[in-house]
Amino acid sequence: MTDPTTAAAGTAPDLGASAYVTAPEHQMSGPGKPRSLWSDAWRDLRRRPLFIIAGAVIVLLAIIAIFPSWFTSVDPNHKDLSHSRETPSGAAWFGYDLQGRDVYARVVYGARWTLLVGLSASVLTVLIGAFFGIIAGYFGRWIDGLISRIGEIFFGLPFVLGAIVILNLVRNAEIRGALPIVFAVVASIAVLSWPVAMRIMRSAAITAKQQDYVKAARALGASAPRIIFKHLLPNCLAPVLVYGTIALGAFIGAEATLSFLGIGLRDPAVSWGVMISDARNYVRVAPHMLLFPAGFLTATVLAFVMLGDAVREALDPKLR
Amino acid sequence: MRRPRWLAAGVIPLTAALAITSCSSGDEGGGEEPGAGAGDPAKNESVEITVFGSEPSRPLVPGDTSETGGGKIVDALFTGLMDYDPVSGEAREAHAESFELTSPTEYTVKLKKGWTFHDGTEVKAHNYIDAWNYTAYSPNGQQHASFMTQIKGFADVHTPDPDGPDAPQQPATPKAKEMSGLVEVNDYEFKIQFTEPHAIFKVKTGYAAFMPMPDSFFADPETWKKTPVGNGAFKYVARVPDQELQIERFDEYEGADKPKIKKVKFVFTDADAAYAAVKGNQLDFMDTAPPQAIAGNVWETDLPGRAKAYPVMAVQTMSFPVYDPKYQNVDFRHAVSMAIDREAVTKTIFEGNREPLSGYGMDLVPGYEDGACGKWCEFNPDEAKKLFAKSGWTGPIQITSNADNGHKEWIEAVCGSIQETLGVECTFEPVPQFSQVRQAIEAREMDQLYRSGWLADYPLIENFLNPIYRTGGSSNDNGYSNPEVDAKLAAADKAETEEEAYQLYHEAEELIAEDMPAVPLWNTPSISCWSERLTNVRLTPKRELDLSYVEVK
Amino acid sequence: MGRYVLRRLLQLIPVFVGTTFLIYFLVWAVPGDPFTGMCGERPCPPQFVAAMTDKYNLDDNVVVQYLKYMGTLLTGDFGQTYAEQPIGDMIANAAPVSVRLAVIAVIIEAVIGVTAGILTGLRGRGFLDNLVLVSTLFLIAIPTFVTGFVIQIVLGFQLEILTPTVSTEAKWSELIIPGFVLGSLSMAYVSRLTRASISENRRADFMRTALAKGQPKSRIVGVHLLRNSAIPVITFLGTDIGNLMGGAIVTEGIFGIHGIGKLIFDGINDKQGAIVTGVVVLLVLVFLLVNLIIDLMYAVLDPRIRYD
Repeated sequence: MTDPTTAAAGTAPDLGASAYVTAPEHQMSGPGKPRSLWSDAWRDLRRRPLFIIAGAVIVLLAIIAIFPSWFTSVDPNHKDLSHSRETPSGAAWFGYDLQGRDVYARVVYGARWTLLVGLSASVLTVLIGAFFGIIAGYFGRWIDGLISRIGEIFFGLPFVLGAIVILNLVRNAEIRGALPIVFAVVASIAVLSWPVAMRIMRSAAITAKQQDYVKAARALGASAPRIIFKHLLPNCLAPVLVYGTIALGAFIGAEATLSFLGIGLRDPAVSWGVMISDARNYVRVAPHMLLFPAGFLTATVLAFVMLGDAVREALDPKLR
Repeated sequence: MRRPRWLAAGVIPLTAALAITSCSSGDEGGGEEPGAGAGDPAKNESVEITVFGSEPSRPLVPGDTSETGGGKIVDALFTGLMDYDPVSGEAREAHAESFELTSPTEYTVKLKKGWTFHDGTEVKAHNYIDAWNYTAYSPNGQQHASFMTQIKGFADVHTPDPDGPDAPQQPATPKAKEMSGLVEVNDYEFKIQFTEPHAIFKVKTGYAAFMPMPDSFFADPETWKKTPVGNGAFKYVARVPDQELQIERFDEYEGADKPKIKKVKFVFTDADAAYAAVKGNQLDFMDTAPPQAIAGNVWETDLPGRAKAYPVMAVQTMSFPVYDPKYQNVDFRHAVSMAIDREAVTKTIFEGNREPLSGYGMDLVPGYEDGACGKWCEFNPDEAKKLFAKSGWTGPIQITSNADNGHKEWIEAVCGSIQETLGVECTFEPVPQFSQVRQAIEAREMDQLYRSGWLADYPLIENFLNPIYRTGGSSNDNGYSNPEVDAKLAAADKAETEEEAYQLYHEAEELIAEDMPAVPLWNTPSISCWSERLTNVRLTPKRELDLSYVEVK
Repeated sequence: MGRYVLRRLLQLIPVFVGTTFLIYFLVWAVPGDPFTGMCGERPCPPQFVAAMTDKYNLDDNVVVQYLKYMGTLLTGDFGQTYAEQPIGDMIANAAPVSVRLAVIAVIIEAVIGVTAGILTGLRGRGFLDNLVLVSTLFLIAIPTFVTGFVIQIVLGFQLEILTPTVSTEAKWSELIIPGFVLGSLSMAYVSRLTRASISENRRADFMRTALAKGQPKSRIVGVHLLRNSAIPVITFLGTDIGNLMGGAIVTEGIFGIHGIGKLIFDGINDKQGAIVTGVVVLLVLVFLLVNLIIDLMYAVLDPRIRYD
């Protein structure tokens, strides 16, 4: 069997928008602060252990992703059936997979593609979603109607269907190599998940728009872009950030599902998602094939979620 | 999620003569067979057994059913002139009282009297003739039309599409609706005439393409499709689309293979779920365990005494699209074949459940001798490297297939072996849809190696060679053509004795191996599993549960 | 308000048309001829392919195909599969199963997710918080096709405390574990969402006011805090129902459930636009109505938001 739901489910959750916005305290956070929100937040962040730990993990992952050869000298794609499914040992810390490839080397080399897919998909989703969401929320009326309806159309799409079609476009374009596939995977995910981020942002913007400081800014004659960027955005960012960091994990899972279906990443590009999907039939006889990539994936997502939490708390004046 | 169609070649193997004898030799001895033992007659009547299946892709018209999901249901609902022994796979008379060659190009068939369709009407000669004519008539678009090719008058009822199926031009309406070669003598006798001698036809008539159809079908096909009426040991009861289909024993059935069980339900579900259900005794039978059960051979411990590997008359191969100039170098093709460590792949990926092949057929067919491929199918890194260097191949080697069903695993392993040996990059190029691969193959646009395989239609080595490797063969997908091979196969077809024929086929095989249009890999047995309440379980050569033999305990 | 609802209902029409067309178009764009793969490794006779192509209007332009499809759909006929089975019946059989599964999944994610969220939200950072965080993230990070499979093996094969698959009747009790698997991803979201909402509202002014008024703690938490924090969570759960129904492809596959996820997936695989579109038509309707209700709830729950 096979499939996609992860993906479907991954893109699914509409983080019920109004989520973080109901808190009426936004109302109170009036203007008149001497320092900018961002420098304040940064000052605050530097003192948080949570942020420092999460940041350190992410930096380490980034180094692994950029310079995998510093961490292992083994070729992650070297197959040797005589080692098939051997358990962890001194020679191979994480054991070997079905094809007799070194799991540790694959985890190390997989960091690059995994992070690339997860990060770009999250960033792209959040950017598209936030942009349309804030516009819809701020302007309301027919613009809101149009954007929301378009979002609903995309929301109705089964993830697998959209992904199969988009990824086949790339395939048919006869483009070879891992990067175009990564790009197509990222595009499929973003195209099918931006409505979630859009709805979150939109409802945050709807609430924030009613706040006194926005009304005041408008009364003072501030232009729409200025209001959106200076006043709405910082106050609406938190819920989308939370969504983005959690979605990172779900997107990596979605990529695994695509690989499982035969349309995702493939050799020689290694990703944790591919490793997880490869391990599926062997969970009972070689659990190490699953546990190591899944463990790394969890740790990575954890780091990003903690980072997101720290940033959100730093951005929210009430939580300081 | 309908794996089985992709898994099984889609062609229902007609028979597999030795297939079953060789594997279930303990069967008749009684007691040795894990599933053997007497059933409980009361339970046979009351219990409905559930069998794994997949949604038929067409209505259950036999002449239009070529995939295994619908095939196993059609086989239960219909019995033709001949059928196949569920153990030996040999063809034997079923509804035919006699089936004799009356001239080299004519068979005369006499029918047994008193056989009826499920609606009570008697099965007569015209039911066969009408059904075959319907299948052959090209505007009906039946999948099995080509099985009628040798019958006289086929060309009059079957016109080719002048410009391919996708183009606007419609094929001309045939000038006749009936083949002149089918002649009704009386209600219980008819003649089948051929354009050329075709003695093997008799063996083929147990296949779904040759079933009789009741008059009600021709009167109103749409109603028939809603409630199919056949003449087999089971009658149609009800179905829920994409979920299940129920059949029940037809008590007026006159055939020798009367079932003991009364009710059967085919359940259409995912293969992994089906395996779990058999393990939990929620499903009674599954013909082929999924890859997760093969991993580490867990099926042996999951299902002690209720799972068994049955050889199937099928081979796994990998084909070169030889019409592509890139693949025309024979040294390259040999190098690839010799670079594959078949032993290692079957041992690790398939846990020893498959065996390497060294020829284009397999030893379950009578008179077959493995080894025609000789040194070309042996793992020989040094020789492979030499040949590869000689071939001047540049660029990566790519192998494509749909990725599910455990194909990804073995293709990656094969690629690993090729890459390791030849030092050239080898990658698996998965596609999500099997039909995508098929389409590229049929359009002759394939530019990568592709997974191929063959499930024999009947137990003759001829069936492994003629359709695939002869110039213009019905399944010659990769455009392979060698006049010498064609001549050898033609000579074998006309051979006077079986031994001579087998020898000639073997020689043809050797010639094919010299050209290596496809790489023989291994055989593909089925691991069948069943619930604790079944007894007398066996898999027929058609890869189906023998419904006439199984009982509930 | 009435006019707003009316306007939104009218807007359903273009969305409906847009979605169905998009789906139909995408299925059409899925590569592969549905009939060439039908005969296995052997080529299908061209006459068969031609007859089928003709019968299912596949040689028409995709727009014409879509219009023909919508024409029959508007008469209440969902059309036929390539196996000539009525698609309407298939949907009618599968939908109740999927609804049951989705309801169970939503209940599970609500109960577990909200409980975990409340506990961690009230306590703040600590061992429990981290435990919940790590375990929910684990569920997010591992794809359903692995979690479902592992749960099936552990509970069904090894401990044998449940039947590993669901029967065709798909009774409520059988769907609990699949519902858990299906809801696990959203459960993680719900718990994070509740936690964030609670910890934010804990410091809100109305809480301070309630405290100052000397109300008992149970009332403060039960009425003021939970009611205010539950709003976004309920909103999320509402939207999730539609997604859970259509997005259960993997879960349905693992547990052998005959729901609409399986229909969608089979439809995509066989390139049967009529099946996929037919199912999605229903999903879209559910989804649009839920979205409308949620948008209206914004105004009801937060008096500052006005629709006019």
